[in-house]
Amino acid sequence: MCLKCENISFGYKKNNLILNNVNLSLGSGEVLGLIGDSGSGKSTLCKILAGYENNYQGNVSIDGKAIPSKGYNPVQLVFQHPEKAVNPKWKMKDILNEGHIVPQDILDSFGIKKSWFNRWPNELSGGELQRFALARALSPETKFLIADEITTMVDAITQAQIWNIVLDIVKELNIGVLVVSHEKKLISKLCHDVVYLDDINTV
Amino acid sequence: MGYMENMGNMGNMENMENMGNMENKTKTTAKEKKKTEALLKVENISLSFIQYASGLRQTELKVISNLSIEAHSGEILAVVGSSGSGKSLLAHAILGILPSNAKLDGKMEYNGQQLTPEKKEEIRGKEIALVPQSTNYLDPLMRISNQVIGCVEEKNEGLMKKVQRDIFQKYDLKPDVDRMFPHELSGGMTRRVLVSTAVMSSAKLIIADEPTPGLDEKTLNETLSYFKDMANRGCAVILITHDIEAALKISDKIAVFYAGTVLEVANVEDFKNNGENLRHPYTRALWNALPQNKFQAIKGHQPMQDEVIDGCIFYERCSKKNELCSKGIPQLKSVNGGVVRCNNVS
Amino acid sequence: MSTAVVTVNKGVFRGFNLRQKTLLIIGFTSLLLLAIVISSVEFGDESLHTNFGSKNLNPSPEHPFGTDWMGRDMFIRTLKGLGSSIMIGAFASTISTILAIILGLLSSTGKIADSFIAWLVDLFLSIPHLLLIILISIGFGGGATGVIIGVALTHWTGLTRVVRAEIKQLKTQEYIHISRNLGKSKWWIATKHIFPHLIPQIFLGTILMFPHAILHEASATFLGFGLSPHEPAIGIILSESMKYLSAGYWWLAFFPGLSLLIVVLAFDMIGENLGKLIDPKNAHE
Repeated sequence: MCLKCENISFGYKKNNLILNNVNLSLGSGEVLGLIGDSGSGKSTLCKILAGYENNYQGNVSIDGKAIPSKGYNPVQLVFQHPEKAVNPKWKMKDILNEGHIVPQDILDSFGIKKSWFNRWPNELSGGELQRFALARALSPETKFLIADEITTMVDAITQAQIWNIVLDIVKELNIGVLVVSHEKKLISKLCHDVVYLDDINTV
Repeated sequence: MGYMENMGNMGNMENMENMGNMENKTKTTAKEKKKTEALLKVENISLSFIQYASGLRQTELKVISNLSIEAHSGEILAVVGSSGSGKSLLAHAILGILPSNAKLDGKMEYNGQQLTPEKKEEIRGKEIALVPQSTNYLDPLMRISNQVIGCVEEKNEGLMKKVQRDIFQKYDLKPDVDRMFPHELSGGMTRRVLVSTAVMSSAKLIIADEPTPGLDEKTLNETLSYFKDMANRGCAVILITHDIEAALKISDKIAVFYAGTVLEVANVEDFKNNGENLRHPYTRALWNALPQNKFQAIKGHQPMQDEVIDGCIFYERCSKKNELCSKGIPQLKSVNGGVVRCNNVS
Repeated sequence: MSTAVVTVNKGVFRGFNLRQKTLLIIGFTSLLLLAIVISSVEFGDESLHTNFGSKNLNPSPEHPFGTDWMGRDMFIRTLKGLGSSIMIGAFASTISTILAIILGLLSSTGKIADSFIAWLVDLFLSIPHLLLIILISIGFGGGATGVIIGVALTHWTGLTRVVRAEIKQLKTQEYIHISRNLGKSKWWIATKHIFPHLIPQIFLGTILMFPHAILHEASATFLGFGLSPHEPAIGIILSESMKYLSAGYWWLAFFPGLSLLIVVLAFDMIGENLGKLIDPKNAHE
């Protein structure tokens, strides 16, 4: 399978484009790094890929077919701030199992404890919430994971923990990952290949 | 070195400080004019929140315990720790801007004077300034120059405008920035505006709360250089961050925060190779987890705030734990020019 | 490791924390209002029979609020008046809340619907409130039905705005987007994600609508556009007593007016204290 975006252009104003003619492709099981300066449109590109943003020009497809707007999206996006990605009025177990019932082995590898299930999101730290967000996104139906600065807000140990687990899981499920970060060292450690947004974006 | 170790065995904070100065003297004579007393001294503070548990019962939630740090003029102290370890709350405690259900115990001294809540309010913004993390701290409906200047008497306004212009010039903020609103600024510009607000206040102690996340390398280095600048001008800077790499670039000392307490205060030089000069197993794990090092994770989690731990707070995850560690909190010891809270270091 | 629960405030007798105080205030005022409603129903019409033998009596232990020019006990009249005011207020608030929810939800379905509802809110707010009540009341034939419909149809604007803004804000939340990407339907997201956030707002909005509804009903009645004179209503009592004020019968207006004020303040207090409980900003004080 191959997630492809072709000739993507996006801008809030007509004469002020953030993305111009961006082309990118991500294969199953591939771990691709995307590096860009702050304000270069990385997050916008992520949102377009995962179907959060629809007002763009160009084409996003999987194996040449458009991604259906209804039903489970095979392209899942995980954000920088996990606090915003959870409903504060939901208990953790509901948040975790919103998409699918997360199997025990994934919970174990993420180190998610049963005792956290009945807690509210504000009782967990960012690193812990991010594990829930990732476990929720990595269902068997997920084919591509867009990781937008997912470990920018956590400490080095949690970062290493999270990435080691995610890389294991995506290998097993043959998921393609787009690692978006501004940290070159992290990307070079994780990814098979690196793309610089400045090189593919001709704004 | 032997002398130092003897001193270290006496193991309390005051000795630590003397020793720190001594070391500095031998290292650089140029820094000798530096004050011997710390500008800010935080001794054994603990912070808890009173919260409602289920129904009408109120419980106390301890978020910081037995914490001691010192900030010296002309130095940058980095406070490094994971999210939820209570770093930001430390900043809020020093500034006296905690919510009303917080309970703070312990001693804080600023410039040799006791820091009472009244005193905090008096010197907040004047002698102690905060560089906040996010752009949300700017008033979205106020022009930039007015925010930076703040409230001044009318007759001083012209003078303040000039000072503000000079500072902006220094940080490469063009004259038209003065008239802009916060939403018109880019991330890097906002950062510079926030920094110039602190400079403007002519504060002696600057507390920067997570000033770097999400910045690309160029902007990051630029931001860090502003703090280095302030320290060179004689300010004491406390840099609160989870990004150990950024901290290493500019700091003099690094305090490693974990679950509401400081496990180690290390010198920047200690962070090298495989971290064998680091004193605490947690600091070493943190160092080895960096992508450019081993990218190696240790198992487990930082304990939750409502979990009570009798022994060392790092006990569950420690590779070197022994029976002693599960009983009682280890004492602070000074070792090799740093402080550490661990039983297995000598 | 164990979970620490340090009890700071234990039992009822060790002084109250803010949440307990708030709940006590809410409980006490609710009880007061309930008592008024129940007793107004309990007192039959026979207690309001005219008795010219005891007309225009000063307040006394026997008649705490005095009697009027027909010898009716003012305390019972006031109680019955307040009871009907509260019931009209309750009815009108409920209708207004339902309207507000429907319109608020409708505004989130599309751009045209949204601007239409924004326009409708502005339209209703641009006409003086009391005038609008009177117009609607006359349009529906006046009397009790008229004023109830009038009050019910004019109090939804504020809450509609709140619901509309809240939904708009919630729809931009990342967890809503994620839910959609996890394949959840619009209806599922509305009921599971959005509605739980709206409930406290709606609840609070309804209670804060009460005092407005009560006062507006009383004013419309006072001006002669509301309930008919033979019905016990605070507005009627006040307008009638106006004629006797110059004769020195001060109690005819004073006690009913004061009671109305207390009832309105009681609702306000409940609303404000509930707000304190719901608002996360001071939830832990």
